[in-house]
Amino acid sequence: MNTVIDATDRRIIAATQEGLPLTPRPYAMIAAQLGLDAGDVMDRMQRMLDSGAIRRIGAVPNHYALGFKGNGMSVWDVPDDTIKEAGQTIGALDFVSHCYHRPRHLPTWPYNLFAMVHGRDRAEVDEKVHHIAAILGANNRGHEVLFSTRILKKTGLRIAG
Amino acid sequence: MNTLEKRLLNDFQRDLSPSPTPFADMAEELGVTEEDVIGVLRTLTERGVVSRVGPVFRPQRCGASCLVAMTVPETRLEAVAELVSAFPEVNHNYEREHRFNLWFVITADTEDHLQALLQHIEWQTGLATLSLPMQAEYHIDLGFPLQWD
Repeated sequence: MNTVIDATDRRIIAATQEGLPLTPRPYAMIAAQLGLDAGDVMDRMQRMLDSGAIRRIGAVPNHYALGFKGNGMSVWDVPDDTIKEAGQTIGALDFVSHCYHRPRHLPTWPYNLFAMVHGRDRAEVDEKVHHIAAILGANNRGHEVLFSTRILKKTGLRIAG
Repeated sequence: MNTLEKRLLNDFQRDLSPSPTPFADMAEELGVTEEDVIGVLRTLTERGVVSRVGPVFRPQRCGASCLVAMTVPETRLEAVAELVSAFPEVNHNYEREHRFNLWFVITADTEDHLQALLQHIEWQTGLATLSLPMQAEYHIDLGFPLQWD
């Protein structure tokens, strides 16, 4: 699939990463700002959606403001030959918002599977982490949950236009 | 939160496809007016319940990106966090309860630029960085099911 992002795409990303204008014709407004045709802007955004450069377009809820304060990053050490299956299983759970394979850095960092777990509080997150541990069974060679204590910076992806 | 607010939040995390009039499309599906949809989205954004209404980009498809962890002495945490957050390339920065207590995401246009930024942070702080780039993604973030009581 064509995943090449060109200079015009980058200008569109820069113009929309803080959100679309809440007006009846938001894409036409963005196009006017950039001196582009509205149809071109929509085609390019559709292409980025199809290629996966844009994950989704919609309302981005602030989970923290909604009371989901138990954002816990669970990290797991699973055997390399089982990580794909484990990742797909864990990633499909509805309380997991992100699930990634990342490198180990031995001896300081033994974990290779990351799953972001959401709940209303720590107890709920802990319960969900136990659920993941039960699913992984013997493939769970060790895990930890890292709770965030402070958000020091949170913005959408930033790309200079 | 009223029913329309809940429905907009829960059902429209991913359905704002490029269309000349996306909010009118949503309104039609919900059986309300375009003004209602825009009004509620404005209110939710102003209240901070919605961070924004728009595209969610996938960092690695738009350049180089890396999750980075650092072990920062407690007394220096605020200063180091401030230094890190000051880079426009840093888009998330969290304090977490762990020996690795500072976690952030760096996104740059190229891998070289990313490595240069990491080196810069190490020089300026005198602290090591742990690079954890994504190797595979098992979940495409299509929104988050919100369970209302």
